[in-house]
Amino acid sequence: MDINELIKNLASEFEFDDPSKLTATTSFRGLKEWSSMHALIIIALVNSEYDVIITGNDLMQISTVQDLFDIIISRKK
Amino acid sequence: MAFFSTYNTKISGIAAAVPKNEISNWDYEYLSEQEKKMLIKTIGVEKKRFAPKHLTTSDLCYAAAEKLIADLKWNKNEIDILIFVSQSKDYFLPSTACILQDRLGLSQTNMAFDIGLGCSGYAYGLSVINSLMSATGLKKGLLMSGDNSLGSCNYKDKSTFPLFGDAATVTAIEFDKNATPFHYNLLTDGSRHDAIIIPHGGMRNLASPDSFAEQEIAPGIIRTPLNTALNGLDIFNFSISEVPLSIKELMDLTATTPADYDSFIMHQANLIMNESIRKKLKFTAEQVPYTLAKFGNTSSASIPLTIVSELKNKVKSEQLNLLISGFGVGLSWGAVSFKTDKIVCPDIIEIE
Repeated sequence: MDINELIKNLASEFEFDDPSKLTATTSFRGLKEWSSMHALIIIALVNSEYDVIITGNDLMQISTVQDLFDIIISRKK
Repeated sequence: MAFFSTYNTKISGIAAAVPKNEISNWDYEYLSEQEKKMLIKTIGVEKKRFAPKHLTTSDLCYAAAEKLIADLKWNKNEIDILIFVSQSKDYFLPSTACILQDRLGLSQTNMAFDIGLGCSGYAYGLSVINSLMSATGLKKGLLMSGDNSLGSCNYKDKSTFPLFGDAATVTAIEFDKNATPFHYNLLTDGSRHDAIIIPHGGMRNLASPDSFAEQEIAPGIIRTPLNTALNGLDIFNFSISEVPLSIKELMDLTATTPADYDSFIMHQANLIMNESIRKKLKFTAEQVPYTLAKFGNTSSASIPLTIVSELKNKVKSEQLNLLISGFGVGLSWGAVSFKTDKIVCPDIIEIE
């Protein structure tokens, strides 16, 4: 599994005009578009694409796309 | 395990009533334009009905019941049982079902009581009324379900107010020896009871002056302890993992697959969540009707309201094999499968 695939999926789900602004070091809450709806999108995407559960608490603890990727890897069966 | 079947009863009709007052999330002032766009696309709620203060869930049920009884040409004296499933009752006591028995002019020989459940309420309500009627031979019954959820949401709480809408429904049930069975899978997880909660006003925290104090929980989230509080992210995870499992279990136990059902009607919670469930279970988009955009999350009314709004012509003219799933506050959830055979289904009633 590849972090670039996760970035591509997230950028597509978020419908960013400029997908290149999302990188491994991007902080989610630093995005000007960030809202609780983005949290739902992340949870749904990770669940459907990777079969991994991310909680609201997880999203409070992490800041970057890399952090999210690390959680997915550690929980992937 | 609360997996079981009931026999000898059928649905004869379903009616729904909503407040005439329609509001739109495009006009909701506590969301930015960007957030509104995102909410309407992701959560799927664009418009909903908002009851004026004088209009309660029982008023909506009353109107829907009068219409349904008239269209069914039922004699009111023959109605043996009335169940009101709601979390927005008229009074702390007595039970709202008692008030409706009198207001509808039903006989004193009618048994009437309330069930306090929300989003799972229609599935549970069907299980209770069908079990009772099947076991006792009671001939005719009314199952009412709905909520004025917006009445307990704070307008200044963007995590609740944009999601909900007010609506109520009445389902007519009849004893019939030739009826096909209903199958149920009902579940509960009270360890997560605080995921959706109105913390004050019950016996645990009696209403006190503190109950009326507005608190800013986070930017854009202002409410009192008498308002509904919702932890959306936790509910979301529950809904996309446990809910599809419960439906899959019901299908396995009844040896059915998605292709066996004409429609799969879910509680109208949230578009991205419901679509996750739909895709996991491999139902086609055509099998899964939505009223989220028109009416929002209408609690225990959502499933019958969606049947009346989206399947009216089919349910009136065809035999249908239906699967329903209600899930939410409790946490409480359940799936039910059943057949309908050309039922009475009046147009949605609008009340001033």
